Amino acid sequence: MSRVLVGVKRVIDYAVKIRVKPDHSGVVTDGVKHSMNPFCEIAVEEAVKLKEKKFIKEVVAVSCGPTQVTETIRTALAMGCDRGIHVEVSGKDYEAMGPLQIAKIFAALAKKEEASLVILGKQAIDDDCNQTGQMTAALLDWPQGTFASEVTIDGEKVKVVREIDGGLETIKISMPAVLTADLRLNTPRYATLPNIMKAKKKKIANMKPADLGVDMVSRVEVLRVDEPPTRLAGVKVETVDDLVAKLKANGTI
Amino acid sequence: LWFVVCSFAVNMFKGQINPSQVFPFPSVMNEEQTQFLQELVPPVSKFFEEVNDPAKNDSLEKVEDSTMESLKEMGAFGLQVPQDLGGVGLTNTQYARLVEIVGQHDLGVGITLGAHQSIGFKGILLVGSPAQKEKYLPKLATGETLAAFCLTEPASGSDAASIKTLATLSPCGKHYILNGGKIWISNGGLAEIFTVFAKMPMMDEKTGQMKDKITAFIVERSFGGVTHGPPEKKMGIKASNTAEVYFENVPVPIENVLGEVGGGFKVAMAILNNGRFGMAAALSGTMKGVITQAVDHAANRVQFGSKIHTYGAIQEKLARMTMLQYVTESMAYMISGNMDSGSKDYHIEAAISKIFASTDILWLFPVVCIQGSGVERVMRDLRIFRIFEGTNDILRLFVALNGFQDAGKHLKSLQKALKNPLGNAGLLAGEITKRAKRTAGLSTGLTLQGSVHPELSHSGNLAVKAIEHFGVTVEDMLLKHGKNILHEQFVLKRVADSAIDLYAMVVVLSRASRSLSQGHASAQHEKILCETWCIEAYDRIMKNVKDLKSSSTTQVFKNMKAISAAVVENGGIVAPHPLGF
Repeated sequence: MSRVLVGVKRVIDYAVKIRVKPDHSGVVTDGVKHSMNPFCEIAVEEAVKLKEKKFIKEVVAVSCGPTQVTETIRTALAMGCDRGIHVEVSGKDYEAMGPLQIAKIFAALAKKEEASLVILGKQAIDDDCNQTGQMTAALLDWPQGTFASEVTIDGEKVKVVREIDGGLETIKISMPAVLTADLRLNTPRYATLPNIMKAKKKKIANMKPADLGVDMVSRVEVLRVDEPPTRLAGVKVETVDDLVAKLKANGTI
Repeated sequence: LWFVVCSFAVNMFKGQINPSQVFPFPSVMNEEQTQFLQELVPPVSKFFEEVNDPAKNDSLEKVEDSTMESLKEMGAFGLQVPQDLGGVGLTNTQYARLVEIVGQHDLGVGITLGAHQSIGFKGILLVGSPAQKEKYLPKLATGETLAAFCLTEPASGSDAASIKTLATLSPCGKHYILNGGKIWISNGGLAEIFTVFAKMPMMDEKTGQMKDKITAFIVERSFGGVTHGPPEKKMGIKASNTAEVYFENVPVPIENVLGEVGGGFKVAMAILNNGRFGMAAALSGTMKGVITQAVDHAANRVQFGSKIHTYGAIQEKLARMTMLQYVTESMAYMISGNMDSGSKDYHIEAAISKIFASTDILWLFPVVCIQGSGVERVMRDLRIFRIFEGTNDILRLFVALNGFQDAGKHLKSLQKALKNPLGNAGLLAGEITKRAKRTAGLSTGLTLQGSVHPELSHSGNLAVKAIEHFGVTVEDMLLKHGKNILHEQFVLKRVADSAIDLYAMVVVLSRASRSLSQGHASAQHEKILCETWCIEAYDRIMKNVKDLKSSSTTQVFKNMKAISAAVVENGGIVAPHPLGF
């Protein structure tokens, strides 16, 4: 029971008003406030708590992207992770980066670092893919506990309570395993200034996807990004008969 | 023997420009400091947005216990204590940036933190011995102990030198025995460590007479004899604890003298000077927050068929608020930058920034101030800022008199030189040329060209003209009143207001120039802010200059003195009621 890998993604801050680029190739990211994906914060918190309870010895925070993602890794270090790994991806590779590429990187790192657990956020708030955790588990052929709202370590097994459409499902899986954090798993701690200071002394290792034998070529091409259509004004009707008449008139029924 | 005084403000009183501290706009943080600060801002902002409840703190009339705990854990109580003594070790600029966040959200918490570290134990940081620092700073940094600054007494507020709390050496010579009472002490009811100022009779070496001199002491509540009164009920900053503190035969070990025996007044002034920029920083944050709310209101409220921000009256208000915030923020970071660069010469500018930030801020309240809207509370919180840490009236006198003093020295040396013209030919030639040009209405060669961005050259010229006229006015006042200028408070106030406007002009010229040079997206907007500010400030300065020369203004001063004397003598209004009863 030694090491946990936690993935942290740098995303546009949830409070920012998103604008689509004039060429519709994506959204404006330049000069826009970024922060750690909220579900990744929850993942980090869970990993740090497991370490505080002495179930694991070391938490490694991992992020993939250009230099700016080191800010996100440092936030994870300030929350209590022991060291970081920055997988450098930039330019076109970064723009095209998706769950499959990340999953490949995490699978390679999980093996390299001999991790017992890989904990990720259930999804990122920018692309809402909800795939990385599942793909990582599949590539490693490891069990997965996704949408976790409660995690308990029991010897060599993990009990995971999962949030599913019908309610809650409890499963028990063997380690090593991949977990993805859902909203109610925990409340992430605030980084304190002394911890941010201490985090400066923690190490962040640099590597490239090629070092892990991962090919970053994307099988997905984004054709166009548009804003959602502006919601049209509604129409009020007086009676149910009026409503039925209107619905018939516009062909809905 | 000439030495260069770098302070822009000191030089402008002489009608001279020393741009070294104001151009270019200081950028004093290295990469590591910038990166560190960028990491600190988000968690602090998040805490104040999501956890601290200013309305609750206000209604409880204290900072919630859980919030205090979190602030302590966060390290907020030792921001400028060196890291090796348990603090965060921030520079003044970094401190200003964080204090701005606190000011934006909760001034009651701001004062609790400020009374503790900006003045409460600042003396230990500035003049404490290594032993004193090691003993006290670690616990103060974590907030395990809180600090308070104890200077004011019932009969001694602005007249700080007149305090009566007494310290007498015990017979054994190992303690000072402290007796007295202090009032309006922030954190008075919470603090464990007090910086206390007391008078001591001391032998004046020159006269052989006993004279009262003030000494600063580090006093622990645990020494015994320290008690405090109930929390004062205040209109604003209710969450901050304000109480009377009493010292009854408190034994203070002689090792706890802070600074030199008899040097307490200097220590007090050094502490207050050193912390002043923090107020401008905090208030620039407060203004930012209020402006956001005002804009939201103006952009959405519809009256007479249009959004109210389309009306000129509202546009003027929003524009003024924006300019005031721009000036305040620019002053705060210029001063903190100067301090971080090692300047020892910033006390006039610091006083100017405190006056500016706290006086005009009331312009910011055109929005509806319904109880509970948050803005109402801010309005109540702001009133004290004109009063404490040096009332604005006193600080204006300080700005004017300090400026006069230096200008006066310059004048004296000129007068001396006149007695020995041949030996001082160079100095005199320069002065004569300058005055001749002035009389002829020509520019004296003073310029900000090279410092100010070319797109701002017109505003730069306004600033230069204003400095020239200001310098002449200062000299005229000195020639007219001589040493008695000390008593001409009507004059001093107007000189100070002009100095404030002048410094403000220069500060925004510097900031806007930097934005233009760096090609910021906002540079054109900042250019308009700068130009507009300079036009109006120039007009105000020229009006003050004109008033100080005019005989009708002299008459007005005389009249005001007479009106004041009459109502004082009558105990109130003198003129009988228009109805006759």
